[in-house]
Amino acid sequence: MFKIAKAKWPELWQALAREGQLYLPALVDGKTDFAPWQKDTKVDLLTAVTAKSLKQLFFAQVEPLMHFQTSGKKVAVTPQELPAQPTIAFGVRACDLAGFTILDKVFLKEPVDTFYRARRENCTLIGLACGFPEETCFCQTFNIDAASPAGDIQTWLVWDNLYWESRTGKGQQLTAKLAALLTEATAEDAKLVQAQQTKIRETLSKLPLGRLRFSPELAKHEQEVFNSKVWEKLSATCLSCCGCTYVCPTCHCYDVRDYAGKDGAVERFRCWDSCMNGDFTKMAHGNPRKGQLERFRQRYMHKLVYFPEDYEGTFACVGCGRCLRICPVNLNIVKVAKELEVDLHV
Amino acid sequence: MQKIAALMRQKAQELLSSGQVQQVAAWRKGQLAYDNAPAVFTSPEACADLVYDEFCPANLSKYLLAATKKKLKTAVFLKPCDTYGVNQLLKDNRVQREYVYAIGTPCQGMLDIKKIRAHGLKGITRITVSEGVVQVETVYGTQNLPQRDVLLDKCLQCKGNAYMIADTEIGEKLATPEPRGDAFAAVKRIEALPPEERFKFWQQELSKCIRCNACRDICPACSCEQCIFDNPAAPVAGKAFADPVEENMFHLIRAYHVAGRCVGCGECARVCPQGVKLGLLNLKFMKDINTFYGPYQAGSDATTPAPQVTFTQGDVEPSAAGQKGRS
Repeated sequence: MFKIAKAKWPELWQALAREGQLYLPALVDGKTDFAPWQKDTKVDLLTAVTAKSLKQLFFAQVEPLMHFQTSGKKVAVTPQELPAQPTIAFGVRACDLAGFTILDKVFLKEPVDTFYRARRENCTLIGLACGFPEETCFCQTFNIDAASPAGDIQTWLVWDNLYWESRTGKGQQLTAKLAALLTEATAEDAKLVQAQQTKIRETLSKLPLGRLRFSPELAKHEQEVFNSKVWEKLSATCLSCCGCTYVCPTCHCYDVRDYAGKDGAVERFRCWDSCMNGDFTKMAHGNPRKGQLERFRQRYMHKLVYFPEDYEGTFACVGCGRCLRICPVNLNIVKVAKELEVDLHV
Repeated sequence: MQKIAALMRQKAQELLSSGQVQQVAAWRKGQLAYDNAPAVFTSPEACADLVYDEFCPANLSKYLLAATKKKLKTAVFLKPCDTYGVNQLLKDNRVQREYVYAIGTPCQGMLDIKKIRAHGLKGITRITVSEGVVQVETVYGTQNLPQRDVLLDKCLQCKGNAYMIADTEIGEKLATPEPRGDAFAAVKRIEALPPEERFKFWQQELSKCIRCNACRDICPACSCEQCIFDNPAAPVAGKAFADPVEENMFHLIRAYHVAGRCVGCGECARVCPQGVKLGLLNLKFMKDINTFYGPYQAGSDATTPAPQVTFTQGDVEPSAAGQKGRS
């Protein structure tokens, strides 16, 4: 393990930025979110939950797929080149890192999503333990350890020192390039990190959702869950905005659309879709999900039932709590799961 | 507030037991100190979960659209500011009066969890309000904050404690927060900027938008059967931005469409996850309407036609907006 004192962090950001486009949590307009690093960026390593997840780093909100140039009856097609720029994400929390393993299951299985894979492979992920978890946090529900973030490198912020440990070959390669900035941590340092880890786990257990569990039985009762009477009650007040799906680190539905520009140029792009949208899965024959109830149900069936059914019991949720924070009417996956468990007696 | 909540539960149970209404729109307790959720109660027993405290900011009037569609007589608890929204929905003929049982509900201003968090508070376990002080307990310690500092912005533009529509009232009216100076001060500041800076300001604000549509979805003036921005055949469909102009158009078109119908409830700005200063656009229209047609408050009743839908020979020429708008 290495360490680097606060005074040297600006040099660290600079050194990292030389190795690739650096993203880190930045305070802008009173809100902390991942942003490309620049010299005047206000880096915020204390806020545990950034407003949005980092999924857009690999799964962009808008991704051009190909370009057409039409001229009379002729169409010239130019494929979109795969992104090749190396990127580094610093300060990624355990929940968001776990979110990537969920997205991997979808995008890296055959047929592989080449855009996602290219961005994922080009990126070195540096995790940061959550010194100050928030009341909306419930990553421990999914056995995610906020005190030991996964990633290529994991780091801990204890007082004015950042502790640094490589976990993968990619992480070691990057660490080697930073040798001039990093000093070897001592046994005392290791104790400080361990003490912080214990403290983080203790804090999490004291938070309002500290003992929350989701029942694996939900995924075993697809029909009963689907037909539960709670959907009507819960969906009645959902506004059908897309906030929860856009900030969620595991929501991954997308749509493919064409954008007609000037002079016969057309761009085919994919963009995040949301089951909250009225035209979600709308097809030539109409929409199989007729209304608000059906679309609301889809979101939670996907996370609590279909995904665990398809991927060995894995819920498509990492407990980041962003849906708890963003919903204008305070609906969220915790409330839905709890209502379902009561209704199904599981 | 606990007394008010008890009266509300009692009222909701009475109305449902007697069959006077088929459902009640109110708030249900959450798992955290501040996450009460709007909820529809359909049985007297369910009303045990009904809560009311300083974390019930949502304007429930929009739920009356579904009630009208389903032809269900619905009792709805309305804070003074929420009553304007109901009137506007009635005036727009989108909600039928026969399905509404409006219950005036006292309010002293609602609290903003974002402002509380901005004081560096996290790991919040309990929040209590007493005599102008908000006590926030967290796993990291306890802190007291002055209530006025953490009121929602919309409550700092409070229109007072009068109900614009109410079939009955709960308890006594409470003193609402003193509004913060001139409601149009921020609009005037922007009007005073040179055009390039004004353009830059709006470009920056509107480019924050992630097109979640929450502002539209909570708005009591946005009540179209199908929104033009949900039309997949239109190039402006709102799934994602193909061009930054698209978000700008969304907000500008929306602001134009609700001009004269926006009741100034401030819900659009409250629900925006990106903190876009949405209320400002609407305030600009309100200010211009007041300037050109005389003082007008949408939603203060359900009958007075809006200035833009009536014609008088004294009306200003359309070009006046360009000339006088900056005055």
